[in-house]
Amino acid sequence: MSTIIKATAVAVAAGLGLVTLSACGGSDSGKDSADSKTVTLVSHDSWAVSKNVLKDFEKSSGYKVTVLKDGDAGEAVNKAILSKDNPQGDVLFGVDNTLLSRALDNGLFQPYEAKGLDQVGTEYQLDKGKHRVTPIDTGNICVNYDKKYFADHKLTPPASFDDLAKPAYKNLLVTENVSTSSPGLGFLLGSAAQYGDNGWQGYWKRLKANGVKVVDGWEQAYNEEFSGSAGGRKAGGDRPLVVSYASSPPAEAIYSDPQPKTAPTGVATGTCFRQTEFAGLLSNAKNEKGGKALLDFLIAKQFQQDMPLNMFVDPVTKDAALPADYAKYDVKVDSPQTMAPQKIADNRDAWVKTWTSLVLK
Amino acid sequence: MAVPVAFFAVFFAYPVAAIVARGLKAGGHWQFGRTADVLGQSDIRHVLWFTTWQAFASTVLTLLIALPGAYVFARFEFRGKQVLRAAVTVPFVLPTVVVGTAFLALVGRGGLLDGLWGVRLDTTVWAILLAHVFFNYAVVVRTVGGLWSQLDPRQEEAARMLGASRWTAWRKVTLPALGPAVAAAALMVFLFTFTSFGVVQILGGPTFSTLEVEIYRQTAQIFDLSTAAVLTIVQFAAVGIILAVHAWSVRRRESALRLVDAAHTARRPRGAGQWALLAGVVATVAVLILLPLGVLIQRSFEGPDGFGFTYYKALASSDSGVFLVPPIEAIGNSLTYALAATAIAVVIGGLAAAALTLPHSRLRSSGGTPLAGRLVRGFDALLMLPLGVSAVTVGFGFLITLDKPPLDLRGTWILVPLAQALVGVPFVVRTMLPVLRAVDGRLREAAAVLGASPLRAWREVDLPMVRRALLIAAGFAFAVSLGEFGATVFIARPDRPTLPVAVARLLGRAGDLNYGQAMALSTILMVVCAVSLLLLERIRTDRTTGEF
Repeated sequence: MSTIIKATAVAVAAGLGLVTLSACGGSDSGKDSADSKTVTLVSHDSWAVSKNVLKDFEKSSGYKVTVLKDGDAGEAVNKAILSKDNPQGDVLFGVDNTLLSRALDNGLFQPYEAKGLDQVGTEYQLDKGKHRVTPIDTGNICVNYDKKYFADHKLTPPASFDDLAKPAYKNLLVTENVSTSSPGLGFLLGSAAQYGDNGWQGYWKRLKANGVKVVDGWEQAYNEEFSGSAGGRKAGGDRPLVVSYASSPPAEAIYSDPQPKTAPTGVATGTCFRQTEFAGLLSNAKNEKGGKALLDFLIAKQFQQDMPLNMFVDPVTKDAALPADYAKYDVKVDSPQTMAPQKIADNRDAWVKTWTSLVLK
Repeated sequence: MAVPVAFFAVFFAYPVAAIVARGLKAGGHWQFGRTADVLGQSDIRHVLWFTTWQAFASTVLTLLIALPGAYVFARFEFRGKQVLRAAVTVPFVLPTVVVGTAFLALVGRGGLLDGLWGVRLDTTVWAILLAHVFFNYAVVVRTVGGLWSQLDPRQEEAARMLGASRWTAWRKVTLPALGPAVAAAALMVFLFTFTSFGVVQILGGPTFSTLEVEIYRQTAQIFDLSTAAVLTIVQFAAVGIILAVHAWSVRRRESALRLVDAAHTARRPRGAGQWALLAGVVATVAVLILLPLGVLIQRSFEGPDGFGFTYYKALASSDSGVFLVPPIEAIGNSLTYALAATAIAVVIGGLAAAALTLPHSRLRSSGGTPLAGRLVRGFDALLMLPLGVSAVTVGFGFLITLDKPPLDLRGTWILVPLAQALVGVPFVVRTMLPVLRAVDGRLREAAAVLGASPLRAWREVDLPMVRRALLIAAGFAFAVSLGEFGATVFIARPDRPTLPVAVARLLGRAGDLNYGQAMALSTILMVVCAVSLLLLERIRTDRTTGEF
């Protein structure tokens, strides 16, 4: 008994000591961003890069990169806006076209024209001329289908938004809650681009009548409800159609052992909405120079070619080649739906509200 | 008293006020009109309604299921009682992500019930209610059972000797004595379920949302800070009312009850009825509490190549890309943070409890003023507020307030223990208060008369009497800090995740390996919590049941 008391007393004393130490010594690594040799990247949880690629940048530029992952994309942007005057880092990566206006309207970024921007496709440059943000990657939110299911049932997979509301595909689709999931929101925006500001409500009524299922997040939709993913098959998922990404089939194939000749899932290419992610130099960045170098690096060939297999997104620069593994299973999407960031900002909240009362209630 | 007041002002009131003000102030003007707008929306009213009735239903269900348990733990002596009592407390200090996950593994798709009978309860309100019972069982057992074990059973026996039936004796003698404790426990359960976050988020699906979940959505996802601010104020008011009623019922409980040493009230069960009751309670605990925890453990070992340590081994590698460090480092982080948080909570909570005791004993000796008593009770209730205020509000408040000298703490690791200590302090105060109040002030005065300095008087008189309570309080604060998730998730640095944060991050990722690692980490967290609680069981004495 007394040993327990002693142990606890020692522990408490040690804890007290720690507190005192930290109070006197200040921060351990918190002041890193003030150090001009360190550049801090704030990003969302999905950020990933190959170690050697990042090391190459650190060696050639002389900066040490610190990465702060800050929740999902929306959370990371919101936190950045709240701490705008005294930001947590120098560069923010992960603002997509659905969040872009919120970030720009709040003056989150300062202009910088990154080196190599001429290689970036003009369709991705949504802040052209002002250069407050730099496009880094792109991808499409599309309905994926389970190839085996449609072969077994001798049914043609759906190809367009219209198809999804047809009786042949009744009770087959699972999608995400638009207020909590970015693919969910993308799919709603795609349908609004397709059917117009006043037409999408009717389309969703038809989808609802056709038995669309809504779950909260992508993880649940893709890994539990969808019958075509490895996770879904294991969990007994019974929906052969899911709102996901055009890059999900490559991911599904590459993470199989052994790798199949073709991906087990396909993409309904007429249901896609283009998502582009941007990075920008934060307004009150402490290490401006380092931040600029980091932005240059993000659209340089080495990083652009490294991205697809790490984050399962497509490069935005013309000179970047897709990794062989990725290209093998990649599905080309020709003319995805798009929408101007300002229009998204103007309508987003009202549409989410309408959608919620239309589909969830 | 100055230290705890300052602590709460700087690390609680100021951040919360700042973020609320940010939401309610547009262009330099206060927008109080927003309150009516927000409350007028039908979906917000729906959230308010759901929050209230699920909390009510959860409370009733918890009482129904846990009261027999409280009786059994108070009155019966049986083998393994200590272990079982520690076990039922484990869920209470587990982070809600883990609780949600445990229940999903039990009642979700492909869960145990699904596999056996095709029963799936996820996205139904039943999953939420059951998880709330799981979570709060210990609150009832500890609060009610603690008092029950100190009630003199001879009073009831005396009533029966005088001819009262067993039921009448219980109703007339025991029930009135227990009433305030039951009310206090019910109010605590109501408070915890009213502000439920993780459980509802994980098990509720897109259709159920509590006030707390809605505040999170409005702040972190929709970025409508003014709606979030209004909702925060509404929740604040509701929690204030609950705490006021709680303080009132606690006060009633302090009315003179003849308490006896719990060691003499419990005995081995006699007769078929009592054995059946004991068996029933053990069975309930097994199904409701041990089973979900068991499923969690089982899944952590069920690797792709059969039973084994695959997931545990994976914890040591950093290849997954989810973190910058191997997930196993989260254990070290968690322990460090929890130790620091415990130290802060014990110092702040101890000082607060001492401050609350002084006027109390003075009141007793000299009559005192009613005003002083009311002030003290108000302060007492104030210390409980962090338990009921949305963690996201605190987290975002930290983000925008603690970023300038002299309080430039945002980049430092101490931020996490500070946030955790906020939740730990109420537990320290609740545990210390009854014991401190039991110390006879005259002993202290006697020591002073004999020439002892105040410090010496404290060391020689108070310390020996409160040492155990202090250890128990520290242990509780430690366990609660280990499990704290809501605020930590907003401020933990990505290169230093805590166990609950690591579990949540892993669960948010696709893939078998990530899920398995989440289960393994949850199991580790559970074991750490269980061990600290078991140690507490060993040093706990019957005078130090506290109020949790």
